[in-house]
Amino acid sequence: MPVFDLSQTPLRELNSALHTLGAGANDTAFEVVNPRGHHAVAVGIDTSVVVEIKGSVGYYCAGMNDGGTVTVHGSVGPGVAENMMSGTVIIEGDASQYAGATGRGGLLVIKGNAASRCGISMKGIDIVVKGSIGHMSAFMGQSGHLVVCGDAGEALGDSLYEAKLFVRGSVKSLGADCIEKEMRPEHLAKLAELLGKAGITDVKPEEFKRYGSARKLYNFNIDNADAY
Amino acid sequence: MSYHNPFTPPRKSATFDDHTLAEIRRAAATGIYDIRGGGTKRKVPHFDDLLFLGASISRYPLEGYREKCDTSVVLGTRFARKPIHLKTPITIAGMSFGALSGNAKEALGRGATIAGTSTTTGDGGMTDEERGHSQTLVYQYLPSRYGMNPKDLRRADAIEVVVGQGAKPGGGGMLLGQKISDRVAQMRNLPKGIDQRSACRHPDWTGPDDLEIKILELREITDWEKPIYVKVGGARPYYDTALAVKAGADVVVLDGMQGGTAATQDVFIENVGMPTLACIRPAVQALQDLGMHRKVQLIISGGIRSGADVAKALALGADAVAIGTAALVAIGDNDPRWEEEYQKLGTTAGAYDDWHEGKDPAGITTQDPDLAARLDPIAAGRRLANYLKVMTLEAQTIARACGKNKLHNLEPEDLCALTMEAAAMAQVPLAGTSWYPGKGGF
Repeated sequence: MPVFDLSQTPLRELNSALHTLGAGANDTAFEVVNPRGHHAVAVGIDTSVVVEIKGSVGYYCAGMNDGGTVTVHGSVGPGVAENMMSGTVIIEGDASQYAGATGRGGLLVIKGNAASRCGISMKGIDIVVKGSIGHMSAFMGQSGHLVVCGDAGEALGDSLYEAKLFVRGSVKSLGADCIEKEMRPEHLAKLAELLGKAGITDVKPEEFKRYGSARKLYNFNIDNADAY
Repeated sequence: MSYHNPFTPPRKSATFDDHTLAEIRRAAATGIYDIRGGGTKRKVPHFDDLLFLGASISRYPLEGYREKCDTSVVLGTRFARKPIHLKTPITIAGMSFGALSGNAKEALGRGATIAGTSTTTGDGGMTDEERGHSQTLVYQYLPSRYGMNPKDLRRADAIEVVVGQGAKPGGGGMLLGQKISDRVAQMRNLPKGIDQRSACRHPDWTGPDDLEIKILELREITDWEKPIYVKVGGARPYYDTALAVKAGADVVVLDGMQGGTAATQDVFIENVGMPTLACIRPAVQALQDLGMHRKVQLIISGGIRSGADVAKALALGADAVAIGTAALVAIGDNDPRWEEEYQKLGTTAGAYDDWHEGKDPAGITTQDPDLAARLDPIAAGRRLANYLKVMTLEAQTIARACGKNKLHNLEPEDLCALTMEAAAMAQVPLAGTSWYPGKGGF
């Protein structure tokens, strides 16, 4: 298994190696040591490669991941797995703001807490946070699922489209056009599936509440101006 | 002898003119602000207020059609491994599939390719048609990230990080529900028929320090191949240009308030931002102060209509220009041949700006299949190519008259200004003097 020591090797060499893996490549697993808060670590992966990062990283780790399985044994800076297309990104520690921003697919698991704007403008990604999330999370969320085992900060789901939000703990406040919705059997099943994929076994789907769009701001109406 | 009061004709207010009165009544009746396409319609100081001096005894001209006048430009020479080589410095600005029909996007790609220049995607992502028909395609990276994916990022020839645009610096966009066809909805991951808001700032970065890291990520994902542009609306051109350079841009795109939009509030278009003419010199000054003029290229857009405008922008220090509205006109927008239908829509050819409604008789700003079919992309592409070539030739004609064997050798010294405002903004002397406002010595 190739090991990239980012205290010795330029970031460019790591990302370049990850981008040149064609079908049938011999190396399908990489280890990154001493990431030392580097930005843009393991970005633009487009195969099913496995990357283990031993330490904490800066901005945009695993950005635009498409098929890779990236695990960070540490915490991550802003924009982890931003615009992910497919694959899995697992954060053993905490995540800074914009985690999973605009993600289109795949699964992002954050075992610690996530800061503000988690899942902002999400477009199909599934995000599971074992801890709590900060304010303005899932802002303008279009599709996908955000599962929060802890609490959510202010203005959850502001200007939400069709993303589905599940929160087990308290929600400090809901954003414009975001409401609590009925938890139906299909939602419980989806929750169970996502918790299972994230390896979370100590909480039950029935302990969550579901939030979604009231769809009142879908077409402009001047009398809604004070809601914006 | 009796005295009769003389007739005094009714006097309308300059402040409350007919347009203003109509707008107050419209707002009162509908309860919504006016949304429209295009750029500012108010008169602002522009390239028309500048003139070239031409050669005389102190310098000699080049022979038209005979002596070479190079028009080529290379964009992205700072960091990109594969800079863009264009035959003409006139590029096609970003316009989205969604705002424009598929045929219109294809026509832009075809025309630009024949003329040897680039075209640009817009909000909503890249379509196979425009990639296929555009030899050089710039991929816009926008706040909404509608349609954004790494495959398209990699198959682009350059990436343009859009921070703002001249029609609405500081504003986002809105594609109203009536233009959301099945295909547009699918590309944007949203239900059909709902209004699609485009955010006014990026979801995962704020400020120049973050932008530097974002550009690093984009370069790493694309293996440092693609030139990275940063596009800003004309608001604080000196600082925006300096910060874009600091963040690592290869190219700065600066769009003045005459630059068009697919749909924004009229109050925004008419009251926010600066005229294109006022933006160029501060941006060039920032590049010069940083020692980056001609190393980081500057593309100017917003109201470019002719080869004279191109030559003036380049003389003031730009490396290239971009056209949007003019390109749409070249392919058929607002053509008087559709006058009868414009009348039915309550407008007239030359004034039609309800691009967001999707009813464009010319088949350009629409997703209606019947209307879109009116535009033949091959013929329209040819018209655009003709127009681009004419503009290039016009610019060459002026450059030769100024004794320049390359368009980029045009300089402020070749210009004079017709008005005090233009002299101040362009920092070239008022015609017949050696002075402009701000120069001192008055």
